[in-house]
Amino acid sequence: MLKVRGLTKKYGDTEVLRGLDLTVRRGECFGLLGPNGAGKTTTLRLLLGLIEPDSGSIELAGFSVPKHAREARMKVGVVPQMDNLDPDFSVRENLFAYGRYFGMEKSAIAARVPHLLEFAGLANKADAKITQLSGGMKRRLTLARALVHDPDILFLDEPTTGLDPQARHLIWQGLRQLIADGKTIVLTTHFMDEAERLTDRLAILDHGCLVAEGAPRALIESHIEPVVVEVFGEGLADWTRNHAASLCQRFETVGETLFCYSNNADTVIDALKHAPTLRYLHRPSSLEDVFLKLTGRDLRD
Amino acid sequence: MFSSNSPGVIYVIRLLHLPQLSWRFIPVWHRNYLVWKKLAIPAILGNLADPMLYMLGLGYGLGSLLPDVGGMPYLTFLAAGTVAYSTMNAATFEVLYSSFSRMHVQRTWDAIMNAPLTLDDVMLGELTWAVTKSLLSGLAILAVIWGLGLFGNFWMTLWIIPVVAMVGFCFGGMGLVMNAVSPSYDFFLYYFSLVITPMVLLCGVFFPVTQLPEVVQHVSAWLPLTHAIDLVRPLVTGTVPDAIGLHVAALLIYGSLGYVIALTLTRRRLLK
Repeated sequence: MLKVRGLTKKYGDTEVLRGLDLTVRRGECFGLLGPNGAGKTTTLRLLLGLIEPDSGSIELAGFSVPKHAREARMKVGVVPQMDNLDPDFSVRENLFAYGRYFGMEKSAIAARVPHLLEFAGLANKADAKITQLSGGMKRRLTLARALVHDPDILFLDEPTTGLDPQARHLIWQGLRQLIADGKTIVLTTHFMDEAERLTDRLAILDHGCLVAEGAPRALIESHIEPVVVEVFGEGLADWTRNHAASLCQRFETVGETLFCYSNNADTVIDALKHAPTLRYLHRPSSLEDVFLKLTGRDLRD
Repeated sequence: MFSSNSPGVIYVIRLLHLPQLSWRFIPVWHRNYLVWKKLAIPAILGNLADPMLYMLGLGYGLGSLLPDVGGMPYLTFLAAGTVAYSTMNAATFEVLYSSFSRMHVQRTWDAIMNAPLTLDDVMLGELTWAVTKSLLSGLAILAVIWGLGLFGNFWMTLWIIPVVAMVGFCFGGMGLVMNAVSPSYDFFLYYFSLVITPMVLLCGVFFPVTQLPEVVQHVSAWLPLTHAIDLVRPLVTGTVPDAIGLHVAALLIYGSLGYVIALTLTRRRLLK
């Protein structure tokens, strides 16, 4: 459905992408993860043919991009990071206007609108103004708008950023329904739980290239020890110096927390019983641990 | 002669990204039309009140003190100028404030470009919509001219309609350049102070250009509004304009150059 080979893009002297390869299969939900500035949004813009790569090839929905970007975009629905619904139109009119951009007949759009409003949970808001919608409703409408021309593949750029937990779950529910309907989905996200929940495969992007690619569980298994004990409290520095290295496979101190990565947490937990000032959290390792291991813990601004 | 592959030509083509026109601009025009239609009556009244008041107030008030101006009653003279002037304003306001809202504030253009439309289509849609607004504005003034019987030959005045469209195209294209480079609405004031207002005073809206010092007349001859008025005024009084080709070419060249330059600058602004 999507094949990217050797994609590079420079802005001035900054190399935003340095030879990106990606393959997304039909019916798959694919996640693109990476810290701010890793090149996620640039990648999406390149895939849509909005900007031209310096080198490399893109094949999207059977069309070569950017040469046949128009044809490719006929097959793609886009949910951008920032809401850009048309504030001059009502909910229903937004869907009609967007359908016309794809060259659809009014009757063809009208046939799809009730279903789309239902899907977005906005059937009773059809005539509301955009300014009257909550953040979650706007995002659901943007998702419905991206489906107006019944695309084969959907691009979502951080679809749940800025939404409250209830609204996020509604979006996830919608996306799972689309996956069940056989749509191909490519999404970028900062939320590891979102990626773990939704994607079949994901790629972690940093400094313009892929640093890892695979199914979420497989990535966790291949990159990191299965359990983590997070230790915090008074006297942590001394304890870390004296015990950490001997008790776990790998450890890392971030701020006031010690992360002990291990195949078996019992040794760490037993040792912690002799350190009453320290508290701990024992949990299975997650995608976030992989992400932080691979992209580092430095703040990216 | 340049051959098409001479380096100079290629450089200019690269620099000025030649537009790739397609019919896909129509939904963009249609979008603007539907939004306008919602508030059509107040929009029309609001847009027309101003030029109409100037034209009738000055035309009757000042006109009663004056002998014939440019060989016609002052009201007629002013009415012809007002057709060009209000048409220019209609297109300019549309591509400055309204287009800027859609491009920068509402990000409507971004949304449209995720559909199979290009920036070329979006800006052509904006430009043709500006032409439409100009036509509405020009037709309204023309209706007053007909109503007050300020014309020489009715059939001749019908030629004003295509002229008005060209004036809208000219100032729509030019205004899009300002839209491309403006950081905020405030910036447009420079364009009005430095371009639009001087043109109103130098191009023969309120008084004949021949009243100006000769040096200024030379400047005036290069300004697009002068060409617009040189076409409209004879058509109002019922004579065939001089140098039609020159005036038409000037309007079309200013407009096309504006569109192409605006496209290049906007591409740089949005798609980098």
